[in-house]
Amino acid sequence: MPLSLLRRLFTLALSLIAASLAIFLAVEVIPGDPASTMLGLEARPETLAALRAELGLDQPPVQRYLGWVAGMLRGDFGISYTYRVPVSELIADRLAVSLPLAGLALVLAVALALPAGLAAAAWRGRLPDLAVSGGAQLGIAVPNFWLAMLLVTLFALRWRFFPSGGFPGWDTPLQALRALILPAVALALPQAAILTRVLRSALIDAQGEDFIRTARAKGLSRGQALRHHGLRNAALPVLTLIGLQFSFLLAGAIIIEQVFYLPGLGQLIFKAITQRDLITVESVTMLLVCAVIAVTFLTDVAHALADPRLRRR
Amino acid sequence: MKRSLILGAALTGLMAAAALLAFAWVPYDVAAVDIPSKLQPPSTAHLLGTERYGRDILSMLMLGAQTSLAVALVAVGIGMGAGVPLGLAAAATRGSLLDEALSRTSDLIFAFPSLVTAILITATFGPSALNAILAIGLFNVPVFAKLTRGAALALWQREFILAARTFGKSRPRISLEHILPNLASLLIVQGTIQFSLGILAEAGLSYVGLGAQSPTPSWGRMLADAQTLVGIAPHTALFPGLAIVAAVMGFNLLGDGLRDALDPRLKAGRT
Repeated sequence: MPLSLLRRLFTLALSLIAASLAIFLAVEVIPGDPASTMLGLEARPETLAALRAELGLDQPPVQRYLGWVAGMLRGDFGISYTYRVPVSELIADRLAVSLPLAGLALVLAVALALPAGLAAAAWRGRLPDLAVSGGAQLGIAVPNFWLAMLLVTLFALRWRFFPSGGFPGWDTPLQALRALILPAVALALPQAAILTRVLRSALIDAQGEDFIRTARAKGLSRGQALRHHGLRNAALPVLTLIGLQFSFLLAGAIIIEQVFYLPGLGQLIFKAITQRDLITVESVTMLLVCAVIAVTFLTDVAHALADPRLRRR
Repeated sequence: MKRSLILGAALTGLMAAAALLAFAWVPYDVAAVDIPSKLQPPSTAHLLGTERYGRDILSMLMLGAQTSLAVALVAVGIGMGAGVPLGLAAAATRGSLLDEALSRTSDLIFAFPSLVTAILITATFGPSALNAILAIGLFNVPVFAKLTRGAALALWQREFILAARTFGKSRPRISLEHILPNLASLLIVQGTIQFSLGILAEAGLSYVGLGAQSPTPSWGRMLADAQTLVGIAPHTALFPGLAIVAAVMGFNLLGDGLRDALDPRLKAGRT
């Protein structure tokens, strides 16, 4: 176990280094000089040169890459070219919107998928299964930004239950939460559909196992056997998916944030790309990639810990 | 289930037919702006109504189907064209440097949020349908490479491959003549799934302005245009959205149906 953990940690470190290199190289290729974007077309050459020196753009790429990585390790993501504040501050501000949004969406998705998946597996091939499977098929096919538009039309414009966009900030927690409900639903429904399908097939697989037959033989109903014994065994693939979905929700909110004008991480990276705020682009992308790699690593380790069969190997 | 195959084939067939027909004929010219008849609800003259410049929504949807299909088709083509040979080679040389490098690179690409990377790519090389194709296609490569490698590795253990090896056939020949044909159904099924994901991705990129550019019609951009009008003319948002849903569902159902039809073991396992 310690050896395999060590191996995993080594792979983790390698992935992070490779990812940082890939991001740095990709951003290097982006055309356009941040300094001239910041100062406009009429900037004098000496002002441009001074700004380039201030931003460190006159240094060779290797030096800039090492500086960037060393900074990140200290928690210093550099200064945003456009906002002139530390990128870490920008990220923290945006995470205050994106994290609760992703969390809310994930809770909603699980709350929907759990009963739906259980019902579909328990009444396999019957009406509840057909309804859930049909609904899931539909849910996967619906683009979340279109769903968001429909939700806004109905629940914000027609019935005025929720605001149609914008974010008031966490000074007014209730208002802030209300602003996040519709985006969270729009994000959650397609994810719930995917989760339902995985849960359903994991439960159906578990149903074929001997321990379910034993549980049934000792007198449990099909639903009881599924809830008490099947669910726990179906948890592994579902937990893996939930882990992956969280990082997806964090990044996948980009489009939803556009629909609702939410000042989240997605909007930050989107604006940063169009404004050539390269340091922000690099850092936010790196953060998102780190989140995915870390979640994958944690689910790997959690798997080994949770499943005795994997541990023994 | 036969039902999903039939429904899926019908939906995708309808989309393909609309796209093909649009090469020859559309009800109205979408290049012509007709402001007096803007935002009309569905009528006999305009079956699905008109949008904010008075253009016929049905005609735009038909032309948009061409964009969606073309982007998804080429993106899946890129994924298969590069991913399948890589996966075959990795499986044939199991444990080699190539195999290891492929696995690591695939994992690395999977770690990148696809949408962020697609935005990065389109922002770098400029927004266009072509760059959207490249961005979506790039993410299809590791999908097909991993799938091919995994399935091919299992096949390499089978007796008929052993027979071919004792017969003296080279590894590349075995990969092409014996492994690949046995992977065909798996690849077709995955292809339809990636196809539907491609349609969704294209719509999303076009919606944020990074996909097909004007005047190329695109379902995603139609939705973006409809966003501010959804309160007064809901049909401008309804029909493009339904088109996306129908297309994506069609390809998903087709994939499900094909998997059941092509793989008898799965069907037996289900009943």
